[in-house]
Amino acid sequence: MIRYIFSRLMQMLPVLVLVSMAVFSMTLLLPGDPTFSMLGEHATAAERAALRERLGLDMPVPVQYVRWVQHVITGDFGRSLRNGEPVLNMLAQRVPATTQLAIQAIILATLIGVPLGIIAALNRNSIRDVAATAGGMFAMAMPSFWLAMLLIMFFSIFLRWLPPSGYVPFFKDPIESLRLMIMPTITLGTILAGLILRQTRTSMLGVLSADYVRTARAKGMSERRVILVHALRNALIPIVTVVGLQMGALLGGAAITESVFAVPGLGQMVVDGIFNRDFPAVQGAILVIVTFILVLNLLIDIIYAWIDRRVSR
Amino acid sequence: MTELNQTAAVQTEPENSETLIQTPPSPPEWRLVLRSLLRHRLGLTGLIICTIVLFTAVFAPWISPYNPVASDYDAILMPPSAEHLLGTDDLGRDILSRIIWGTQVALQVSLISVAVAIVGGSVVGMISGYAGGWVDDAIMRVVDAMIAFPGLILALGIVAVLGPSLTNTMIAITIVNIPNISRLVRAQVLSVRHMDFVMAARGVGAGRLRIMVSHIWPSVVGNILVYASLSAAGALIAESSLSFLGLGAQPPTPSWGWMLSSGMQYWNAWWMSVFPGAALFLVALGFNFVGDGLRDALDARIVD
Repeated sequence: MIRYIFSRLMQMLPVLVLVSMAVFSMTLLLPGDPTFSMLGEHATAAERAALRERLGLDMPVPVQYVRWVQHVITGDFGRSLRNGEPVLNMLAQRVPATTQLAIQAIILATLIGVPLGIIAALNRNSIRDVAATAGGMFAMAMPSFWLAMLLIMFFSIFLRWLPPSGYVPFFKDPIESLRLMIMPTITLGTILAGLILRQTRTSMLGVLSADYVRTARAKGMSERRVILVHALRNALIPIVTVVGLQMGALLGGAAITESVFAVPGLGQMVVDGIFNRDFPAVQGAILVIVTFILVLNLLIDIIYAWIDRRVSR
Repeated sequence: MTELNQTAAVQTEPENSETLIQTPPSPPEWRLVLRSLLRHRLGLTGLIICTIVLFTAVFAPWISPYNPVASDYDAILMPPSAEHLLGTDDLGRDILSRIIWGTQVALQVSLISVAVAIVGGSVVGMISGYAGGWVDDAIMRVVDAMIAFPGLILALGIVAVLGPSLTNTMIAITIVNIPNISRLVRAQVLSVRHMDFVMAARGVGAGRLRIMVSHIWPSVVGNILVYASLSAAGALIAESSLSFLGLGAQPPTPSWGWMLSSGMQYWNAWWMSVFPGAALFLVALGFNFVGDGLRDALDARIVD
């Protein structure tokens, strides 16, 4: 088992290095001289040279990369080009909002997707199944920013129940925080709910025809117990995998959701950073998002190997 | 993805296990596939939607009632009426005409970027699967690294570097789609590479290129089509998302995403946000339906 974890870690390392190279090269690929955006157009050549030296831009690219990695590992993501704030501080402020949004979206999607998926599988080809499956497809094809706009029009403009945007940290005022997060959560959770519904239906259908379910039924077990204990437990493995694999899409979708509802999270940090040409901020946010996804995938693989020992051999 | 992989696994099963010679996974018989696609209720719905969109895009100049970029300052933010069926926007432009012309942008982005991604991804996947060894390892690590980025975040990063425009959006979407396709193709190449029909082709002196193009490609094409129609929907939504954020198509191009973002400034003019979004949703749904129908149609072929 330890050997398996070690080998998976070793596989992850080159990927992480390539990812960091890609993120680093963003600044190299940028057209124009970065000193122009930092000093403005009227700086003298000497001032530019001084800044270039201070930033290490006069060194060969591989040296710049190694220096950058050294800094990032120690938590120094550079400073925002916009207001000079350390990117690490910005990240620390923004991680909680995205985390809260993602967790709430996953909970909502599971609470909707799993029961509906079970109902669809149990009533295969009935009107309920068709309705649930169609609902799932609608949810998956829904452009998230359009859904967000419809929610705002309905809840904020028409009913005047919820403010169209805003954010309060959860630990400051949990109730207000949850209230403000209702619409972002629905927006982000809908696509995931559709995916979970579909996966639940598929894997429940697979499990329901398995021998051990028939045995459980033959033993005279109540249908409820057969479904919830024997079938669902085994059907859950692929469902959990799908949720894990969708974390990337979820965090990508968070960029849109956070922008529409003005939630100060990592996704909004990427989008704002692009508009302000604040590349240290963009790099920091993207690096954190991608590292998080890689670590999560590693954890899923390890959990998998732990559940099913055959994988690790 | 998991479902796609399952189909891939099913397809590679030799279809007649009694014969000693492994037969190639036969290429889809397109007439049968089309027939079961037309019998598939959702697939047919999707095909109808896509056909309507295609016609709208081609005949946009004739069916659109107004010029999509001409402002009429006497008709600003007009609600839907007999004159402007879907209302007008903040510059007095007819929403219906802009949605009609928007189909061109939508199709251009989704079809071209997915098509280019298929060519690129297939070449990469075939090289990787056929070459094996360190070439394969190197390519696959790069693919892994690209897949580690959430699609939209990678696209945002690329557009950030290239600058906002419709062309750059298409480039970004193409790049985002290449890794998945190359994985799909590589898996298929690996599974047929040592089969007898490939060996036989090599034995009679077929070159690598010939083997890849005329022996391996036909067995991948079904899976790729399914993936393509599903990712066309993804590409369309990605383009509108970028345009919505202001990083994609630039005004006055009638992109649905851009139309929606201007709707954000005029909440009371609900027609500005509802109709372009509905068009987007419908077309994305259409692509998804076709993808689903195709998958079932190709699966049915195996069961038959």
